[in-house]
Amino acid sequence: MSRAVSSAVRGAAAPGQPPVLEVDDLAVTFTRRGEASTRAVDGVSFAVAPGETIGLVGESGCGKSVTSLAIMGLLPKRGVEVSGSVRFDGEELLGASDKSLRKLRGADMGMVFQDPLSSLNPTVTIGTQVTEVLYEHRHMAKKDAVAEAADLLDRVGIPDPVRRLGEYPHQLSGGMRQRALIAMALACSPRLLIADEPTTALDVTIQAQILELLRELVQGSGTALIMITHDLGVVAGLCDRVHVMYAGKIIETADRHDLFARPRQPYTGGLLGSVPRLDAGRGTPLTPIRGSARDAIPWAEGCAFAPRCDHAQDDCLTEVSGSTIPLEYDGPGRELRCRHPLQYPPAATGATAVGAPR
Amino acid sequence: MTAVPTSGEEPLLRVEGLKVHFPIKRGIVFDKTVGQVRAVDGVDLAIERGKTYGLVGESGCGKSTLGRAILRLVEPTEGRVLFEGTDVASLAPEPLRTMRQRMQMVFQDPLGSLDPRQNVESLLTEPLRAHGLGGGSKDLTAKVSSLLDSVGLPAASRRRYPHEFSGGQRQRIGIARAIALEPALLIADEPVSALDVSVQAQVLNLLEELQQRLGLTFLVIAHDLAVVRHISDVVGVMYLGSLVEQAPADALYEQPLHPYTRSLMSAVPVPDPVIEERRERILLAGDLPSPANPPSGCRFHTRCPWRQETRCDDEVPVLRELGPGRLVSCHWAEEIRDGVLFPKSAEEVAATQGVTIDATGVRAIESDALVQGVDSPLEWR
Repeated sequence: MSRAVSSAVRGAAAPGQPPVLEVDDLAVTFTRRGEASTRAVDGVSFAVAPGETIGLVGESGCGKSVTSLAIMGLLPKRGVEVSGSVRFDGEELLGASDKSLRKLRGADMGMVFQDPLSSLNPTVTIGTQVTEVLYEHRHMAKKDAVAEAADLLDRVGIPDPVRRLGEYPHQLSGGMRQRALIAMALACSPRLLIADEPTTALDVTIQAQILELLRELVQGSGTALIMITHDLGVVAGLCDRVHVMYAGKIIETADRHDLFARPRQPYTGGLLGSVPRLDAGRGTPLTPIRGSARDAIPWAEGCAFAPRCDHAQDDCLTEVSGSTIPLEYDGPGRELRCRHPLQYPPAATGATAVGAPR
Repeated sequence: MTAVPTSGEEPLLRVEGLKVHFPIKRGIVFDKTVGQVRAVDGVDLAIERGKTYGLVGESGCGKSTLGRAILRLVEPTEGRVLFEGTDVASLAPEPLRTMRQRMQMVFQDPLGSLDPRQNVESLLTEPLRAHGLGGGSKDLTAKVSSLLDSVGLPAASRRRYPHEFSGGQRQRIGIARAIALEPALLIADEPVSALDVSVQAQVLNLLEELQQRLGLTFLVIAHDLAVVRHISDVVGVMYLGSLVEQAPADALYEQPLHPYTRSLMSAVPVPDPVIEERRERILLAGDLPSPANPPSGCRFHTRCPWRQETRCDDEVPVLRELGPGRLVSCHWAEEIRDGVLFPKSAEEVAATQGVTIDATGVRAIESDALVQGVDSPLEWR
């Protein structure tokens, strides 16, 4: 797979605009003495342009959160090997000094974590935590910072913001904590926002509010958003381009319309076939994927999904084919890592091979 | 498959006016009750034999407490739970224990609900031993094999411990344990919310298969409307401790009548970008109010986009029948259905309702934490 092709694919997603963030061949390996090392992220490449929303989708353990932590430089130094390249505005982040990363984080790059209660400091008021960012990066005076913090909370839809500034995280409901986190991430109008499962711990009505907020943010300020989630519904509503991850590698990349209409990787197809849908009738059969994410084999031995795949053939294994499976060009704006993808008859787009017999 | 209750046959389970109130205590030396969290506040429902009743609602609405109160895992404050004609809520301890043979539960957290020190065989035979069933060790061995087989676990797993299994497999063990006593009613509290998407479908299919094979009656409690829609015949929607709507699943999803159901359904993302772009989106203002201090009148009026000047604020709506099997508790259900009334935006609702939106008022802090501890699913991935 030549790099020229993949960068052409990426370029197609954001015409004219240079990407805010470019991730190239990122790999993260966790090592521990006396144990075989684990490769959590394995050669992940993607780019995000201003105003674009990228989705990283996968089940637990597929490396999507580790990818985001590696981008932000939040992984511990000990026992972790990060290789590849992460460029923010052309500037290399991997190996950058802590001081320069601190300058970027919170100012140009924001992050919203999954669990709002454990990512807020329980011993400090919301006001202190929001204004901290403003002192640090925007060097505001105390009075201005408090006013700005109240304004931020108001913007993310927290009622009675001035009173909330004096409250502690436990006094806020889950949705409000998540809003407070988003307010902190937005305090310096970052050019890149990474949202790691921002709505997973929330109720659906609150989730809808938060997603609406993120959507407005991307459209209004041109922030680039990386949305990390396992919920295909969230992806369908929010993301422009979707990268599906499995066992540390991107296995399919497509525009969201293409991806949901014609998933090519059997894993993507399987995920779509196993989600109960609100608009499907009672008893519409679900076609689950066999086994669980534990059944993955190392990529060096073949396609990690092969043991669970209904379309797998002998050459999905490296032993038989003699090479590992590359991420290849698969039509305009699409990339695919599969030797036996799902096929669609050219005319009937409604037909699907998801439930087809082996 | 009709879900309309047939009047002739007595339903397997009938719940009448069930209330569960938790006292809020304060004080160091003397525990003084300063208020009550009305987790479940007057719920009536009936489940037909062999059917699935799905209970949906947001965290803190009392759905889990209701499920537990039916099994008397929490003591009901008031009301009756008629299971095959016997009132479970007033049974003496020993008859209750015998009765539990017929009603079993599958819990949300598959690891937390299995004893880490017991192997699968011990976990599965414990209910049999406790009820004096199963006979000798040979019979028990055979029984464990057939249970493992029916939930799709390999026979080799009998000597293994819960930590050796994946989430989906653990949930299968939980289900096997629940069906070991061949119950008539199975209450599943968030059976799939802790599982990965691809595994969720496996467990849902297993539940359906077991229902068909064993003729089980299900009460499925979930926050995920798509899951509930998938497996339920009748769906009940709960808000702040009471049912706001109950209807046959298909009818409910085709035309939700209660404003809360409508906004809840509009909030569920559908994995299809084409539908996502077109569908109705109703955003609700604010959070769930505290059940320790519920709003007056209709409990949903603080967030309702259809709230009217009259009745909503001060008159409690009753659950009334609007069609065959369709119960709804809204004063204006007909007008909303016929399109006479129009919704307001979330900002307008927030503006007219002022400060009452917030879930955690100054005095409701402790109660909010209490309800979350009792009921809320902590997180799901």
